[in-house]
Amino acid sequence: MSALALPLPRRRVLPGFGLSLGISLTFVSLVLLLPMTGLVGQLKGLSLAEYWAIISDGRVVASYTVTIGAAALAALANAAFGLLLAWVLVRYDFPGKRLLDALMDLPFALPTAVAGITLATLYAGNGWVGGLLEPLGLKVAYTWVGIALAMAFTSIPFVVRTVQPVLEDLPPEVDEAAMTLGASDATGFRRVILPYLWPALVTGTGLAFVRSLGEFGAIIFIAGNAPFETEITALMIFVKLQEYDYAGASAIASVVLAVSLALLLAINVWQGHFIKRLHGGRG
Amino acid sequence: MQRIGDAPAVRRLLVGAAVLLAGLFLLLPLVAIFAQAFSQGIGVFWSNISDRYTLAAIGLTLLIATLTIPICLAFGVALAWLVTRFEFPGRRLLQTLIDIPFAVSPVVAGLIYLLLYGRNGWIGGWLDAHDIQLMFAWPGILMVTVFVTSPFVARELIPLMQAQGSREEEAAVTLGAPGWTIFRRVTLPNIRWALLYGVVLTNARAVGEFGAVSVVSGAIRGQTMTLPLHLEQLYQDYNAVGAFASAALLALIALFTLAAKAGLEWRTARQEVTP
Repeated sequence: MSALALPLPRRRVLPGFGLSLGISLTFVSLVLLLPMTGLVGQLKGLSLAEYWAIISDGRVVASYTVTIGAAALAALANAAFGLLLAWVLVRYDFPGKRLLDALMDLPFALPTAVAGITLATLYAGNGWVGGLLEPLGLKVAYTWVGIALAMAFTSIPFVVRTVQPVLEDLPPEVDEAAMTLGASDATGFRRVILPYLWPALVTGTGLAFVRSLGEFGAIIFIAGNAPFETEITALMIFVKLQEYDYAGASAIASVVLAVSLALLLAINVWQGHFIKRLHGGRG
Repeated sequence: MQRIGDAPAVRRLLVGAAVLLAGLFLLLPLVAIFAQAFSQGIGVFWSNISDRYTLAAIGLTLLIATLTIPICLAFGVALAWLVTRFEFPGRRLLQTLIDIPFAVSPVVAGLIYLLLYGRNGWIGGWLDAHDIQLMFAWPGILMVTVFVTSPFVARELIPLMQAQGSREEEAAVTLGAPGWTIFRRVTLPNIRWALLYGVVLTNARAVGEFGAVSVVSGAIRGQTMTLPLHLEQLYQDYNAVGAFASAALLALIALFTLAAKAGLEWRTARQEVTP
């Protein structure tokens, strides 16, 4: 039979192609793609000038600045903090290590609204941490620093969980070679380990940044939500909706959506490029 | 053998810094949730939990999670089977598309559903004419929850099923096993722990979703308030203890999620050692 004729192109041996394709395509079309048409439909009702007026409104532009600035700060802080945690979890053994490892997933497991009210309570002027910081002149809650803090909390696992497996795969000989050649800890880390971790670190930080741009629940409680000062873009969409301004909400949402999809695509391309290089061309 | 950063002083400094920062940044909030919830004693905590509106919110949250899980499970398994067992044009595209919910801000997710199925949308208008209301009611909450949780099961299964390959299933085919038997007797035992963890993640997100749900809920007390929306309402009403009582319930689910992950990782590691 044809199965014995080896050079034939691979045929589908396993059953269920039709069924799984049917379920997957139906789901992707109905749940993921169809709702996008609602946004397109709403936007078509706007002229270009109206659209531009909404997305370039002063209060909305201020919200872009706050969101991007805080997300950038949070992502940079997480790059350093996440690298430290991944390093400690992979390289050292110490009591409580498994607990620390489990704790890394807390921000993903904890509902964002719970994180939001907890951080707001902790960092308010009368809170456990806020009470210590405010006499020093550091106000966190209801400022954009608080927004960055909430963003950093919800997105830290992205960096740790992206860097950790790559660091685990680093062969010990690499360290040894650097040390025998007389490199100090700092030089060895900077010249040998960091270049190896770089793609994972950038990917993790990028994912953390994208997540921070869209975060809502964890932020609104600690943000203070003062117009022009501490309003994030996701909140602007929410405010427009509460005013039944669906067109306005859609216009701002289209900006958020375009930016996050573009960033995610960029991260995927960048990651694919490095994976190819590391695995000698295999995807 | 000597490795970078192995000197005792460096080790102590880095471990100390990591533990201190993680303690302040991650553990302290967790402790604070329970401290706040019980700050006026267990009696007040209990009366907040057994409040009529809290119970209604718990009920709705459980309903949404119970309905979301089987839907996401069916989709996740079908998709993972499709992309790991077959080659076909558009396979990569499909894998990229399922990540859309991760890229979309929850508020935007809620908004696109509201635009389509709300009274002004092209489907919503038709539904309205037939007296069917999805938005500002529990079906709308279910729909956006399915949207935001849809990648979890597939994301857990795809790398595992890719790594395991399809040789065992192909052997079963040559032995004449029917498709459903192959899945149940060959595939399922290999993927059960990843599948279970996918369900745990789906559940965690389904009970905790806030942004998307708050757009489509309509926030009717006792009717369309899930637990996260309920605690927001209490917090805005300056009932901090009540808000944290609900938060503590959700934090318990989060802790269960973390424990499940640790347990399942241990099992997977053992499975790899003794195949």
